[in-house]
Amino acid sequence: MITDMGLRGWAILAMLVLLAVGPYAAYLAGHAFYLDLATRLLCLAIAAVSLNLILGYGGMISFGHAAYIGLGAYCVGIPAYYEYTSGFLQFPLAVGVCALFALVTGALCLRTKGVYFIMITMAFSQMAFFLFVSLEEYGADDGLTIDYRSEFGGLLDFESNVTLYYVCFFSLLAAIYLVHRIVNSRFGMAIQGIRSNEQRMRAIGYNTYVYRLVCYVVSGAMCGYAGALLGNFTSFISPEMMDWTRSGELMFMVILGGTGSLFGPVLGALGFLVLEDQLAELWLHWKLVFGIILIVTVLFARGGIDGILRKLEERWRG
Amino acid sequence: MDAALAITQLLNGLQLGVLLFLLASGLTLVFGIMDFVNLAHGAFYMVGAFISATLTLWLGSFVLGVLLAIPLVVLVGIVTEVIAVRSLYLRDHLDHVLATFGLILIFDELTHIIWGPAGIAVPLPSWLQGQVEVLPEIVLPTYRLVIIGAGILVAGGLYYIVNHTKLGMLIRAGASNRTMVGALGVDVKTLFTLVFALGAALAGLAGMLIAPITEASIGMGNDIIITAFVVIIVGGIGSMKGAFIAAIIIGLIDTLGRSFLDDVFKLFLGDIAAETSAPAISAMLIYILMAVVLTFRPQGLFPPKVR
Repeated sequence: MITDMGLRGWAILAMLVLLAVGPYAAYLAGHAFYLDLATRLLCLAIAAVSLNLILGYGGMISFGHAAYIGLGAYCVGIPAYYEYTSGFLQFPLAVGVCALFALVTGALCLRTKGVYFIMITMAFSQMAFFLFVSLEEYGADDGLTIDYRSEFGGLLDFESNVTLYYVCFFSLLAAIYLVHRIVNSRFGMAIQGIRSNEQRMRAIGYNTYVYRLVCYVVSGAMCGYAGALLGNFTSFISPEMMDWTRSGELMFMVILGGTGSLFGPVLGALGFLVLEDQLAELWLHWKLVFGIILIVTVLFARGGIDGILRKLEERWRG
Repeated sequence: MDAALAITQLLNGLQLGVLLFLLASGLTLVFGIMDFVNLAHGAFYMVGAFISATLTLWLGSFVLGVLLAIPLVVLVGIVTEVIAVRSLYLRDHLDHVLATFGLILIFDELTHIIWGPAGIAVPLPSWLQGQVEVLPEIVLPTYRLVIIGAGILVAGGLYYIVNHTKLGMLIRAGASNRTMVGALGVDVKTLFTLVFALGAALAGLAGMLIAPITEASIGMGNDIIITAFVVIIVGGIGSMKGAFIAAIIIGLIDTLGRSFLDDVFKLFLGDIAAETSAPAISAMLIYILMAVVLTFRPQGLFPPKVR
């Protein structure tokens, strides 16, 4: 990869360098806004990377991934409400709770296929949404303010926006590396095999249900981690984070970037937030443009941004 | 828990069930025949509500407003099908879900542009506003009875269309084997458009009926559509009968759970424990039902026979 970096490789490298230094430089120059935007971007990118693991590589179309972001965020918010602010408690809690939620709902969802799977993941995320809407103690509809960000006993200071940003940045790199390792492992090969032809994999002797469930749980746990970071960043969490339209947006990012590509979801999250930020300034009804872009991407550019880069690269090389 | 309250809530549950059926029947029809997942189905619910609200305020008559709004929603359905949906039938479900999610964004924003950000309240004529004394000491709001009546009427009409007309025959034939229907010389393209428009009209009607109670507002379809999904999952995707039975069950469970679960819990738990846990559990009740149904029958209660 290093010896043979095409256009796509350079584009991804440029993006990573931009993310590594750009927001900090903007912050130093007095534009703190860009640091905030980029922090949100990184949290959503981790979530998109986790969704891509099951959607792109596993072929499991989960339309309920926003639930894990919300659950992860509440795993920071609720302990903080009781003044347990240790990150060593909150982060494992977020990962654990999300893994458990993924295990229980996944065990049910994966009994079904196709449209049923899409709708059931959606329904379970809506269940989480309504659960938090009904919890008066934690603000219900009005949401919950997190007064103190996670504390790591002096190791990391999350109150500093710059530290939080770089924690998110390295978390994203770690998430991508993890997915890279998973996808290229024996387990990952099996998962991709199951996506292509489940019957054949079962005939070879794989317990496809267990493989998919494990993959689903890993993805949910990773997304919960992203939610815990996002909760720390926004300092305000509400059930609205889990609304199914949020799951749709997450899916939009994955598709926009390119499914089944390692860096695709990051490109997608970047594209999504830049579009959102720019369009919202230009036109009140920017979501209309968003909808059209989504439909056009689905109809004409299924590879997303990464697919376009690949095609350009091929053309460039002749 | 007195009888009057119980009956009122029973009625509210039926009302929700009927509305859910109107939504779910369109979803299940479109899925059964075109194998198409339409997340934007709730958009027709919203569009129906807004069009009938405008017409009602304009013409000064709710009934006229609804009657004129139905053909307009059919038109919106046809236009949507021809422009966006038609090219998606041959794609996979992921593409359906994403493209129709895009449609939701477009519909919500167009509604925002046309009608503005605020909701529209729909006035009812005076003869629908009153209450009826059904049994001694039990008075019920007339309009809720009208919704239930209208819903059951439509369900009956739908049953007749599907089982006793030429169109219904094509719909049933299309649901069991699309390719064969096309091979026999039926214009499948037009049939698909018709079915899609019929689904849109049913969803639109549900929106029109609920508008006087909740008012027409942007995004109103996005919440109820998930419940409609739960209905067709429980009923069995593609089954009309399943959609009807599941819609009524879920309407009743959701409404009764929200009003009486705390009383039930108080029989077993302390007052405080019951009052804190009941709202959380009742919010999850229909999803728990869905999970239970899936555990025992992954294809729903009434899976269609041929697929």
